[in-house]
Formats: sequence, structure tokens, C-alpha cells
Amino acid sequence: MTMKDAIASYVHDGDTVSLEGFTHLIPTAAGHEIIRQGRRNLTVVRMTADIVVDQLLAGGCVTKLVSSFVGNSSAGSLGELRRRIEAADPEPLEFEEYSHYGMICRYIAGAQRLPFHPLRSYAGSDLPSVNPGIRKVTSPYPGPDGAPEEIYVVPPVNPDVTIVHAQRADRSGNTQVWGLTGVQAEAVYAAKKAVVVVEEIVEDEVVRSDPNRTVIPSHAVHAVVACPRGAHPSFAQGYYDRDNAFYRSWSHISKDPARLRDWMAEWVYGTRDHAEYVAKQGEGFWAGLAVGEAMSLPVNYGRRL
Amino acid sequence: MTAAGTATSSELLSVVASRELAGRRTVFAGIGLPTLAASLAHLTVAPQLEIVYESGVCGAHPSHLPETIADAVLITGAEAVLSMATLFGSVLQGGHIDVGFLGAAQIDRHGNLNSSVIGDWDRPKVRLPGSGGAMEVMANSGEVFVVMRRHDPRSFMADLDFCTSPGPDRALADGITPRGAGVTRVITDLGILAREGVGEELRLVAVHPGVTVDRVRAATGWDLQVADEVTTVEPPTAAELRLLREDVDPGRVYLR
Repeated sequence: MTMKDAIASYVHDGDTVSLEGFTHLIPTAAGHEIIRQGRRNLTVVRMTADIVVDQLLAGGCVTKLVSSFVGNSSAGSLGELRRRIEAADPEPLEFEEYSHYGMICRYIAGAQRLPFHPLRSYAGSDLPSVNPGIRKVTSPYPGPDGAPEEIYVVPPVNPDVTIVHAQRADRSGNTQVWGLTGVQAEAVYAAKKAVVVVEEIVEDEVVRSDPNRTVIPSHAVHAVVACPRGAHPSFAQGYYDRDNAFYRSWSHISKDPARLRDWMAEWVYGTRDHAEYVAKQGEGFWAGLAVGEAMSLPVNYGRRL
Repeated sequence: MTAAGTATSSELLSVVASRELAGRRTVFAGIGLPTLAASLAHLTVAPQLEIVYESGVCGAHPSHLPETIADAVLITGAEAVLSMATLFGSVLQGGHIDVGFLGAAQIDRHGNLNSSVIGDWDRPKVRLPGSGGAMEVMANSGEVFVVMRRHDPRSFMADLDFCTSPGPDRALADGITPRGAGVTRVITDLGILAREGVGEELRLVAVHPGVTVDRVRAATGWDLQVADEVTTVEPPTAAELRLLREDVDPGRVYLR
């Protein structure tokens, strides 16, 4: 499926859309296509709301954000997000704040169709006072000292669609990830529909030669999109490195609304699709993000004689 | 001139923090000063130290200094890479981390931290990044070290604008038994504050050479408790500085 068709088919105005990828394999190209297609009133769920979220905000796509970290990684600030939250400029942003493990537990509960998930966080924090989704319950079992035990719980999240980026998949969607696997599998299982974007689609035999590397099996996947370099400016382990210079520059671009508009006009609205975005950067640029080989040794799965 | 005379503030903080890791087995490190401190400790006082990153990396052996907690160089050659559910659920909440490193915009006398907002949460003057995993690091690590680049009354507050990551006192007040000791060390550009755990306040226990107790009091937004005997921090040695500059951060990515 093309990215254009996948976004047209699976992302609708008003939907709750989860984009996951923890620093690694961020589905940026999918975010850009959502902006090009002009989706509105989305609730975006993303643990680390970073550059792609800032761009979706600037594209006017998002009315609500659910997140546990809002920042430009370790490289600075998100200008559009801060204007929306600090000054309601150009309009307010509804923001639901959790901690990282709170978000992970929401995906686990969502994936497993549980009513809630307990965790040993939030005790004494001000977060429950601004987020009614975080609630304290009494455990039905006695604590270690025999007395009743109180614990915080978070609600499940079941996005209309989860989009993740991965290194490779076969045609039916068996998806392999190596390096940081983040929370992608839980986010896919939590969703009603899942779109997997990959660096390359490979023959079935490639996947079957190493089934332990399959993080997301095809039964959880509704669409597979081949989109090389679709995680830029984040990285794909073994394919290309992180564009640290762009992360640093984003703090300056997004701080100035005019500069941000120009950037969006040139790089998102001004490119028909991600292939054009990649071509526009030029091969010299991509050579700068190239990585060398560090092959793992094969394992012997064995076969019955 | 002594080696200490040539140390920058980043170098000083990294060296002092690294010494505090002596004898520790597992450390949950963020990027920047904690990475420098943990890497230096690995080469000096804590050769057994396992550095665990929030991204899921355990036992990293990077070829280059990482630029983020999820840098590709942390993956290649690492001992293990875990999913976030395993890292946060089983490793951190499971109680496998001895020391967590945290930073914050604001800290109070009990070591509670704010990294969410300056001002009101609903309409903040400044929207900060939020918890990330900080709340979980605070709640589940055996103890927590905080490194603050600037010790001033805007950061060392009597009343936090918002408590993102609560220490054990606030957990107890909320009816939940805390697991770790919370913040036990705060290392700043003026000196070291320490506390043992539940019910205690941070106390000034050491100052950097040339810093007076009164200066630290004036830089703290509450009536700071001071230890009976305040020591002077041993300046970075030439050996520590050489390791930091030549082995840990030769490109001076974080050393300023």
C-alpha cells in the first residue's frame, strides 16, 4: 500500500492516532502525510511528543495530545507546542499528561483489553490532580505487611489507529525490529487498526529465517507501507543514523512562527510524498547519515532431521 | 596552578557525582552530566557499574559518546536491549536499580522535583518536558542523585509550582509506602546537599573550595539545614580530569 492510500484509508478527522517509536524509528513520514492530507481534530497519543508532534500541531491537525514527555529530545524545545500550551496561540491544546510507565501501562491495558493497569507511580505527585484518568484504588489483596494496599491505576488506551515505523516486514505484515523496540508492539495491539511503515519489504523467507526478531506479527497489522528513510530525522538501526543537526535546528525553526511556516511549506506541503522529500535532501545529505556494518552472528534454530 | 583551578563547572559536577557512585552496582543514567559521571565512575571508583538507559539499553559499551539516551552507538555492542515494558516494569519497578540520576527545574527541601511547568499547570508561564520516566526513577530506585548546574533560589524552592516526581515523604502522606529513599544527594555548583531518607530534609554537607556556607544559604529558597561539620569538596584530581577529557568526552559534547 502507498503511504497516501494508507493515511487516506486509516486516519480520519477526529480519530485517536498513536504514533510510537522511542527516539528510534519515529514514523515521521506518516506524520507528514497526515499533514498533507489535512486531517483535523485528531487526538495524538505519543509517549515522547517531539518534532513530528510539533509539526502535526503546526499543521493544525491536533486538538488533543496524550503524552509523558514534551520536548525536542535533549536538543531543546518545541516552539509550536509551547505556544499552544503557554499562550493558546493560535488555539488551545488539550493536554493529558502521564509518566512514561503510565503510558506504557495504558498501552498494555489497551492491548490486553483490561479495564485498567496498576503501577507503583504517582504516589504524592500532583499529576493525578490535573489528570482524572489517574486514579487510586485499594488492592483486593493484602500488602506485604498484611494491611490493605493502595495503588494508582491508569485507564487503557485503544487508539483508532496506531502507526509505527520498522526496519522490515514481509508482504503480509510480519514486522521485524532490532535495536530499541520501545513500546511499538503494545501500541499496535492496543489499536483498532495498525499501519506499519518499513524501510523495506522482504521475502517471506527472510522473516522466517529469524522469527524471534518479529516484534509484531501480521495478525495485528492492517497495512504495510514501504517508505525508505521514513523515520528521518530519527534513525533506523543499521540503515541510517540520527540527524542530530536537524534536531538542534528544530528548536530555532519552531521558535519563530514565520520560519516554521516556511519550513512546512517547503518540506511538507512542498513535497508530494516522502520520496520527493528524500530526493530533495540529496544523496550527499544521506551519505552523511550512513552507518557502517556491525553484523550479529547467526543463531542456529535447528531443524528436525 | 592545580588541576582544580582549571576545572569547568561541568567537569567539577561530573567528577563529584562520579565519586558518589563508588560501590554501586546499577545506575539509571540520563544523558549529559549523569552519563559523564557514570562513565567516569566506571573507569575509577565503580568498575562493576552497569549503566542502564531509559530507552531499554542495559550494559552499554558505546564506541562514541552518546548524544541521546537512545543513540544508535548505545545499541551496537550493548549487553542487552529490552522493551520499554520490561525496562520500566521489571527492571525499574522490579527493584533492580541502585541509583537513579535525575535533573529538574525545581527542587524542594525534601528532594521533591518539578519538571512539568513553571506557573500553573493549566496555563503555565513555561511548559517543561514533564516526567518522562523521572517519576518512576524516583519511586523505584534505591536512591536518587540530583545534579543541578545552578544553585539559586529560583530552582531551590520552598514550594514547588508543581510536583512531578515526589519523594518518599509525599508518597507516605498519600497513603502509599515508599520503596526507595528518594533523593539522597544533590550536587550543585556550590556544594553537596544530602539526606538519608524518609522524614529528613536536605542538609548542606560540603562546599566547593572558596564557597561559604552563607553563600549556599542565600542561594537556597528555604531555611537550609547545615551539617555540624561542613567539609570542603576535594577538587578534581589531574587523573580524573584527564580521564574525563581524553576518554569520556574527548569531543567535549557535554563538557563545557
